[in-house]
Amino acid sequence: MEGKTPVLALEGVSKSFGPVQALSDVDFHVNPGEVVALVGDNGAGKSTLVKTIAGIHPADNGRIVFEGEEVRITGPTDAVNLGIATVYQDLALCDNLDVVENLFLGREKGLFALDETSMEKQAGELLGRLAVTIVDVRSEVGTLSGGQRQQVAIARSLLGDPKVVVLDEPTAALGVRQTALVLDLIRRLKDEGHAVVVISHNLADVFEVADRIFVLRLGREAGDFQARDTSEEQVVAAITGATGGREAER
Amino acid sequence: MSAAGGGAAAAAAEPEVAPPRADLLRRFVQGDLAELRVVIALAVIWAIFYVQEDRFLSSVNLTNLVLQATAVGLVAIGIVLVLLLGEIDLSVGAVSGLCAAIMAVLVEQEGWSPYLGIAAGVLAGTAIGFFQGSIFTRFAIPSFVVTLAGLLAWPGAQLEVLGETGTVNLTDPKITGLTNTFYSDTVGWIFALLAIGAFAAATLLGRQRRVREGLSATPLGTLVLRIVLVAVVVLVAIWVLNDDRGLPLAVLILVGFVLFFFYVTTRTTFGRHIFAVGGNAEAARRAGIKVNRVRVIVFMIASTMAAVGGIMAASRLLAVNQSSGAGEFLLLAIAAPVIAGTSLFGGRGSVWHALLGALVIQSILNGMDLLGWETAVKFMVTGAVLLAAVMVDAIARRQRERAGRV
Repeated sequence: MEGKTPVLALEGVSKSFGPVQALSDVDFHVNPGEVVALVGDNGAGKSTLVKTIAGIHPADNGRIVFEGEEVRITGPTDAVNLGIATVYQDLALCDNLDVVENLFLGREKGLFALDETSMEKQAGELLGRLAVTIVDVRSEVGTLSGGQRQQVAIARSLLGDPKVVVLDEPTAALGVRQTALVLDLIRRLKDEGHAVVVISHNLADVFEVADRIFVLRLGREAGDFQARDTSEEQVVAAITGATGGREAER
Repeated sequence: MSAAGGGAAAAAAEPEVAPPRADLLRRFVQGDLAELRVVIALAVIWAIFYVQEDRFLSSVNLTNLVLQATAVGLVAIGIVLVLLLGEIDLSVGAVSGLCAAIMAVLVEQEGWSPYLGIAAGVLAGTAIGFFQGSIFTRFAIPSFVVTLAGLLAWPGAQLEVLGETGTVNLTDPKITGLTNTFYSDTVGWIFALLAIGAFAAATLLGRQRRVREGLSATPLGTLVLRIVLVAVVVLVAIWVLNDDRGLPLAVLILVGFVLFFFYVTTRTTFGRHIFAVGGNAEAARRAGIKVNRVRVIVFMIASTMAAVGGIMAASRLLAVNQSSGAGEFLLLAIAAPVIAGTSLFGGRGSVWHALLGALVIQSILNGMDLLGWETAVKFMVTGAVLLAAVMVDAIARRQRERAGRV
């Protein structure tokens, strides 16, 4: 993995909210086909980092390099146009609309004559490709289970064919089976060559899907581990600050 | 943790396959088949009044009933769109009176052509909607309050427009003709056949397209049954109307607007966005929908339809006076779609509810008139019907939630 050009790289990124330094001098990158888990305690800066990438809180300083070129992300549209899709924890689905309608929300086909057949067909193909288990794409999203809703939200982020998919706590509040569905889906994203950034509190989930684990602590990088060479204790130590994790990087 | 919303409750509800009949019953209980519920209610109301007074179902009375329902139905179309957003517009009654007054003064006193006068009245409504919608979105004041201010203010403007006498009689044949034009039997039948043919073609072609694309399609038998039902309703309606004075222009106007806005709400991107904003405004915003623009346009439509309804009401009354658009007119226009099953909480409803609800309300009012009931009783019965309808809606909502749906 190390030889590749990262699809997205942040270099020396800082962000403060008034007197609060949420991120200081963070270097972060993700390669194509790689799943990077972003972990850290509450307030460590995970959400801020994600929002910097998504353009919701543009960075104060530092460089952002996308596919080898320096870019500016000053708003959500910049991020989307680059090919960075973000799925937030509150899924931002409309419960009163069906699966197809939610998938195509904001990018409907046909301004004055919605092309329902084409959208439904494409939705079916997309969900099939991701092996998402939804019986009827015309059922209201409000009727779906939590895992299915998460799958719909993730699938929706893929419609724009993004290079980077950012998932904010995708398995929080899900049961064991539902979590397995979502983790499967993350693996499938990786297999399709998407770069995936996952925020998670659950280290078991993290070790199950992540290639690399990036730890934030108090707004600073506290460790960057290859998941397969790392133990849970090492990661916990980095999260809590018991050790520096730097030396474990290589 | 906010993602937990449906999580825990819905996790238990793995995809279940209910047998079709139970499914139909479940959908009925959960309020998905609100239209069917209203049609049944309408049938019951008609049966009750028919037993009491058999003139109720005479073609003359039914034609009158439909004509009486036109103005409320037109205003209610705009209300449906506002309710779909999860908002309310309390100013539609006042706006209908003001816009009718503007039209009446321009045509009867200033000598404008009726077409220009009607256009001016309607556009005045659009402008008012733009104003109210902009205040609502720009200052993030609840629509309830903004339109409440309108409810208080526009009748003042109406008095100002009407001048000292406070009444303008309408004599222009074009304007009075809006509610007093009836087409010959032949024209009525031609319209009926065109409507049935168009519905059948749209239904069958739509199915053919889905089959060609390899998508699941409604069984042909169900669609044919649906077409037959629509054909029967249309043919019976035309038969009844023809038995009296013929197909009224007012009915064509009402049905035309309903069809137009039904198309807008269900088949256009803008319509989809109305439902999205009403269902989850934050989700809509994140999906890139210009939420406030959708809101302003919907308020413009609501006031425009209020103006259209006000003009039709004026045409029927042959005058505009200080009480045009006042009294229970506003409440009937809001009650109509709610009775028919449009949710007050946004995101659920149909433009057809405006028409069906207006028919239900007008049937009750008309029937009580025929039986000579006192005004006091009429008000209370109307209120009770509205309350009952909203209770049914609330029960349906609870059933949906119990089934893990929102």
